[in-house]
Amino acid sequence: MERGGHVYSRLSNPTCAVLEERIAALEGGVGAIATASGQAALHLAIVTLMSAGAHVVASRSLYGGSHNLLDYTLPRFGIETTFVDPRDLDAWARAIRPQTRLLFGETLGNPGLEVLDVPRVADLAHAHRLPLLVDSTFTTPWLMRPFEHGADLAVHSATKFLSGHGTVIGGLLVDSGQFDWNADGVREKFPTLTEPYAGFHDMVFAEESSTAAFLLRARREGVRDFGACMAPMTAFHILQGIETLPVRMARHIENARAIVGFLREHPFVSDVGYPELPTHPDHALAARLLPRGAGAVFSFNLRGTREQGRRFIEALRLFSHLANVGDAKSLVIHPASTTHFRMSDEDLRRAGITEGTIRLSIGLEDRADLIDDLSRALSVASK
Amino acid sequence: MRFDVRGHPVYAYGGSRAFDRERPSVVFVHGAANDHGVFAQQSRYSAWHGMNAVALDLPGHGRSGGDPLASVEALADWLRDVFDALDATRAHLVGHSMGALAALECAARYPERVQHLALLGPSAPMPVTADLLAAAAVNDHVAYELINGWSFAAASQLGGNEVPGVWMPGNAMRLMERTRDGVLSLDLLACNGYTNGVEAAARVRGPTLVILGARDVMAPPRNAKALTDALSDVRTVTLPDTGHALMAERPGEVLDELRKFLGPSPAT
Repeated sequence: MERGGHVYSRLSNPTCAVLEERIAALEGGVGAIATASGQAALHLAIVTLMSAGAHVVASRSLYGGSHNLLDYTLPRFGIETTFVDPRDLDAWARAIRPQTRLLFGETLGNPGLEVLDVPRVADLAHAHRLPLLVDSTFTTPWLMRPFEHGADLAVHSATKFLSGHGTVIGGLLVDSGQFDWNADGVREKFPTLTEPYAGFHDMVFAEESSTAAFLLRARREGVRDFGACMAPMTAFHILQGIETLPVRMARHIENARAIVGFLREHPFVSDVGYPELPTHPDHALAARLLPRGAGAVFSFNLRGTREQGRRFIEALRLFSHLANVGDAKSLVIHPASTTHFRMSDEDLRRAGITEGTIRLSIGLEDRADLIDDLSRALSVASK
Repeated sequence: MRFDVRGHPVYAYGGSRAFDRERPSVVFVHGAANDHGVFAQQSRYSAWHGMNAVALDLPGHGRSGGDPLASVEALADWLRDVFDALDATRAHLVGHSMGALAALECAARYPERVQHLALLGPSAPMPVTADLLAAAAVNDHVAYELINGWSFAAASQLGGNEVPGVWMPGNAMRLMERTRDGVLSLDLLACNGYTNGVEAAARVRGPTLVILGARDVMAPPRNAKALTDALSDVRTVTLPDTGHALMAERPGEVLDELRKFLGPSPAT
């Protein structure tokens, strides 16, 4: 690695590099690494920063897969996580230990759309000389650029809005370059970046680059050794998707707003959780951090039984029954039995999920057709 | 590596290799509001191919202590003190932008100390526009934005970094943002105030390599002509489709030119 360039396609290749630079430009970061999935991006971030004995503080309102990784799998490798209510800043602070190496949350929590107060959580992290990693999958850089609010690292499941058509699986790990790994009180926390790495010619990554040390280690160790790289054809598809991201996101938001308006007036719907509604606990925060819109994925609760919920989903014709989100097509899922089914009842409750919770991902179709479909399915379910 | 100059700590990146007095040394001098990292590829290669790489953080920059120096002449004298601190009778000197001016002036003042001189993106004089000086004087972020906008050729703004996954303008911006308040202003004033470049070039004795970016609007190639004309033993290379951030935009080509210029290295 004495020269630049692409030497082995697992480590880098020209098509993935274009995507990496493009998402870095969109986020306002220094660079990025394309990974096999969003899950791989999260794993890469964590294993680049810490080893056995380390600790993470994470929002409890996470995608089920992220929760699995942190709660069940990483403890087997000696990395523990404390989950906190993302709205409770004191809980974040109380959970920080001497071994803590990272704070982690989703810009919009899954599935309750808790808006992460990125500026305040970032301030807290930095006061403890720690970085903040956010999962920006639901917001994309079009709705929020988290580095401008203080986040240090971001992951995306590019499978979702970035690619936009549900045709490829990919992840992105983006580095803001803002966190100073070599600062006093920081460098001893992150020996992977500030001490010589025998696995790469004794390189001290924070000396090699003041700004991109994290990315250098992540690629030269994490991608090299764990191998969860993105296929170049996948990168091509995601690049195609990004070309239309602003147009699609605007339409996603317009459609979501229309359907939220429809559902909140429907007698068989008990409540709709969308941060633009005055009833949502994060309404004011969303207005500040998400002025373009609060995403196109949201949940609502039926006034009915679990069986009526099943009938509702099965009666839908235009919505596809899928665990994915961020597709051009509208999607519906029952989180308690699918994306979050491994969580205990108590964890479900804490994550704001009930047996009757329905999650929608609003696509790009004609909104009148979507409302017709929902109206008919609600009618079927309510009988 | 760390050492002291004039009572202040100096940091220099050495490519993860220990300094060896038996080896030739190549000293890299960065430009305004930058640090050693802009020479990462070139310095690392040198360190692993028979030389001591000494990629400096100038006073008040990066990890080096002290206050930034207010003139190119002061930087040149400080470089001589670096040579002394390293116990290096002679060394190769490679400078970029403001660092190129400092290296040029050092080679003119202390010709016996500089074995080979490489100037990347030099200009003589190096006038700085009043708007940029004014923005830098009040630590306005606009100053960084202007520099970043002017430093990369159009193609480099879009991407294509030889270092995979690193977006050049973003990385350069973050590096400048790390400099302390007032540093960029002092650096730009030092560039703007240096009027001795052509005279200094005439006093340089050793061989000189000048690398220019054909699309450089910070230090346009035409502004280096008087300087190159005054150098007695010069090789000038103009890299096509390249702006002022030569080492980031064309790291391999810059390295190849330096390798040819500095000659074969002893076995590692």
